Parts: sequence; structure tokens; C-alpha cells
Amino acid sequence: MLKVLYFASLREAIGTGAETIELPAACATLGALRDFLGARHAMLLTAKNLRAAVNQQMCGMEVAVADGDEVAFFPPVTGG
Amino acid sequence: MSEVAVQSADFDVGTEIISLSADDAEAGAVASFVGLVRGGEVAAMTLEHYPGMTEQALAEIVAQAKARWELRGVRVIHRVGRLLPGERIVFVGVATAHRGDAFAACEFIMDYLKTRAPFWKKETTPTGGRWVDAGETDTVAAQRWTSGDKP
Repeated sequence: MLKVLYFASLREAIGTGAETIELPAACATLGALRDFLGARHAMLLTAKNLRAAVNQQMCGMEVAVADGDEVAFFPPVTGG
Repeated sequence: MSEVAVQSADFDVGTEIISLSADDAEAGAVASFVGLVRGGEVAAMTLEHYPGMTEQALAEIVAQAKARWELRGVRVIHRVGRLLPGERIVFVGVATAHRGDAFAACEFIMDYLKTRAPFWKKETTPTGGRWVDAGETDTVAAQRWTSGDKP
């Protein structure tokens, strides 16, 4: 199982801040997972400058994802 | 006292600044930055964050600052939740031996916080809520620390 979190405008558009999914075998990378989830949550595919983290480390879409990971998708950060 | 804090409560700027160099005779400089909610048409600001990752990201930024400068004291506080115009959002304070390092480290931490710590601001305006867009100037500000012409 894989925990997927959404934040800020993405969370609002998707309608939930967290979901647990079965990681499809074809989704070896963050980018593949985004495309898979994008079928249900279009904003993942249309969001400008989508950012992501795997196990709470910000990373690029080429990074590998594995069962048990915590993945998060969010817009560019705006703190400070 | 822990070096980073994410909290809804306000903080006392004077207390924070004093504690950065308390009982440290080698500290010769303290620099600090306080970020506030700007008013204008913004009635309120709501800060969302990624619990767990936020604290980790802030600690990582502090660790990078320590690798660049000899920090005798450092403290980063970031508030979350609903804040009103004029309220404090963020505090960054550093104590060093000399002022150059204090100014630089303080600015470095803010620049990295702006682009790497998972916080998101939503403004409440008379026409409704709107998420703040990430500024290109923030990215440029953070990049200058990795470019050849180090400030």
C-alpha cells in the first residue's frame, strides 16, 4: 500500500488531503504514479509546476516509488 | 530550546533574540528577520503545511547554514493556521562572531525556507480565497547561493 497526500490548491481541487492506494506494478516512478492518479484527479496532470515528495523529501518525477512509501503532491511552496 | 519550531502560537521577538546569544561571550553579532502578514485587500492569511516534512526541511536548511557559517545560535519559528494583517508569520535569528556571517546566514535561511519548506499561503480577500502563487523572485533569490557569484 502507498499513502498519497495532497496539499493546498491541489488538496482542494481533489477534495481530499490523503488516500491510500495499491501501487500498480507499472508505476515504478513518481511520474508514472502521477499519470496513473491523474486519470482520477485531472489536476495532477494540469497543475502548473507540480511539486512532489517521497518519504518527506522533495524530489523530481524520475524518482522511484515503492510499496510502503509516503508520496505527496503539491503546488510550489509559498511560506515565509 | 529546539532550533526549529512550527506552531500556531505567536512568539516574542525580544525573547528570541536575547536567547540566541545568552551566556555566550564569543557571540559578537545577532541578526534576525521577522515576516508579517501584509494588509491591503487581504483580510486574513491561512498557512497550511506538511506536518513532519516541514520540521525536517527546516532542520535541513539550518544544517546547511551551519555548514556554510559558524553559527553560535540559530532559531527558526514558522507559524501555521489563520493569521491577520500585521501578525507575525516567521522568525529567523542567528548569532555569530561577526556581523557579515549573521546577515548572510539569516538571509540564506529565509531564501531557502521560501523555496524548500512545505508551507502554503491562502489569502482571504473581499472576493474570496486565493492561494498565493510562488514568486519567481524567490527562486532567483535562493539560486544565488549556489551560483558562482556567492553574495
